[in-house]
Amino acid sequence: MRRITYRQALREALQEEMERDARVFLMGEDVGIFGGNFKVSQGLIDKFGEERVRDTTLAETVIIGAGVGAAITGMRPVCEIMLADFVGVCFDEIYNKAGKWRYMHGCEVAVPMVIRTPMGCRGGGGAEHSQCPEALFLHGPGLKIALPSTPYDAKGLLKAAIRDDDPVVFFEHKLLYDLEGEVPEEEYIVPLGKAAIRREGQDVTILAYSFMVHKALAAAEALAANGIEAEVVDLRTLVPLDVETVLASARKTRRVVIIHEANKRGGAGAELAAIIQEKLFGVLAAPVIRVCAPDVPIPFSPALEKVYLPDEEKLQQAVRELLAK
Amino acid sequence: MLPEKNVLVELYRKMLLDRYLEEAMVELYRQGYIPGSLHLGIGHEALSIGTTVPLRRDDYLVFSHRGVGHSLGKGVPARTILAEFMGRATGCSLGKGGVHLSDFSVGCLGISGSQGGNIVIATGAGLSAKMRGTDQVTAVYFGEGTANRGCFHEGINQAAVWRLPVIFICENDLYSYSTHQSKIMLRENVADHAYGYGIPGVVVDGNDVLAVYEAMQEAIARARAGEGPTLIEGKTYRWRGHHEKDPALYRDPAEVEAWKQKCPIKRFELFLQAERIISPEEQASIQDEVRQEVQEAIDFALNSPFPQPEELYRGVYANPAGILDLI
Ligand SMILES: Cc1ncc(C[n+]2csc(CCOP(=O)(O)OP(=O)(O)O)c2C)c(N)n1
Repeated sequence: MRRITYRQALREALQEEMERDARVFLMGEDVGIFGGNFKVSQGLIDKFGEERVRDTTLAETVIIGAGVGAAITGMRPVCEIMLADFVGVCFDEIYNKAGKWRYMHGCEVAVPMVIRTPMGCRGGGGAEHSQCPEALFLHGPGLKIALPSTPYDAKGLLKAAIRDDDPVVFFEHKLLYDLEGEVPEEEYIVPLGKAAIRREGQDVTILAYSFMVHKALAAAEALAANGIEAEVVDLRTLVPLDVETVLASARKTRRVVIIHEANKRGGAGAELAAIIQEKLFGVLAAPVIRVCAPDVPIPFSPALEKVYLPDEEKLQQAVRELLAK
Repeated sequence: MLPEKNVLVELYRKMLLDRYLEEAMVELYRQGYIPGSLHLGIGHEALSIGTTVPLRRDDYLVFSHRGVGHSLGKGVPARTILAEFMGRATGCSLGKGGVHLSDFSVGCLGISGSQGGNIVIATGAGLSAKMRGTDQVTAVYFGEGTANRGCFHEGINQAAVWRLPVIFICENDLYSYSTHQSKIMLRENVADHAYGYGIPGVVVDGNDVLAVYEAMQEAIARARAGEGPTLIEGKTYRWRGHHEKDPALYRDPAEVEAWKQKCPIKRFELFLQAERIISPEEQASIQDEVRQEVQEAIDFALNSPFPQPEELYRGVYANPAGILDLI
């Protein structure tokens, strides 16, 4: 099968959806001729013009606020926030407007929009340029959350997100843009709310999403060399969450480790652990554990960033400890 | 009125120090010693130095992502700036801030990773100075792109209404990342906004350090006298890309060249010579001293240790009582 990068896969999704539906348009900082900070929208302005690939000024409040306004009046905007850290600037617009305006205004209008934003550490970004803020939105009713880990999913999930009638916060990981993977030429979508089992195993379940899926797979390979077979579940979306797949895997292995790059307290792992223990309390052979960053702001120095980040070694160690319980 | 010779020499020295240090950083970045994204202010020296040299040590500074010159102008040592950018334990923020530079000992209150977040913070620093009854002034910096964020308007209006001692300085370098000013605002001057908030708005040639210095002195005098904020806009140009990995292909090379011809440092040198303020020998010895200072900063930073792993968990709270486990 054809191999393309995560970045190209995202671009194809945008292009195909813009061709398919004239209501879809892009809006964000430097997304036009410059093609976006991570070059995802490169070339799209040549195909669709300035009318549908709109450079805004440096003002996230209006990028998202205007997105909501356009979405509730018949358009389907795809808004780009240059880095996920800047969601703070438009938090009200995402959390309260995009997430709630449908419900609070009589459940008639839809807010069909996508908020694309790159997240994660990539060396030396520091506390305000490296974060993974998905948990903030997990807590907010009305929002959906996608976090693709492969080029295939990047394309399929973005297409699904654009077609969805609800606001989707779409997290791309900075370290994945150059990742190559198989992506068919034919049209497909990856539905929101369907997890993927990336590796089967019976000893322990590792739940992961986004870049950490790759860390989980690396850890699983290393563990397999020592006779431990881990099942790696890529959640793909946190809302909707594929509870069925998660519980089926947990029921099978009776041991669950959750890994995410974001810090632990109040992270997505807390929600996942709570769901699993609510449903499978008597089935589990050990407590559900989390491998996450510590609850500190992300340090700039590479020497500290390395200590900060969860990785395959930390994950392997956690799995070993869990199996010893 | 022309400032005293010692001030003129100070301006010249600091502009050179800024230029040489940032040029050294280009190299250190290329060699991999500086991680992350590096945003340099080469070309902005007249603004960064011309507005910070007239401040007192106890005044406050809230600069933005091109803050090397501003930090130097306010008195942060080159060596601790460089160590910070290199993530070393000896950096002015212990290696934890990196590009998010700060040094509270000389009033540098930090930079906001989200552009514009600093503007409202400056309003608060001005409020604090007023409430504490000091005559400290706060200077805050942002680009013309950032001036379109709501927080610019909120910060400036509140400071105007409360007559706070805050000086809002727009470094207009024509481009907000790849986007030309003409695509993001209809008027020519950011300073025009001042009218709407009832405060003075001043446009200066941002490559003329003396014009910048004079405008800043007036604004400082107003602020210290309790007459409230001023909005200063300096027109300038950044020579490098938005950051060091940006080749800036969106700009016409002829435009870049034309602005390089207007180099703020060259221009000031010509002035100092024409007015016989410094002799060619004096100039050469200042250049040597500054080169020496930059070399010392590089040696210091390169020989500095990285932070110890435990440092990761230290300092999250001022009062960590009851917080058992950060890990
Ligand atoms: C809220 C926010 N949005 C976007 C960015 C990314 N970003 C950093 S600097 C910049 C352009 C700033 O342009 P301008 O304000 O004109 O300052 P200049 O870089 O020209 O000095 C952008 C888009 C950011 N840091 N913060």
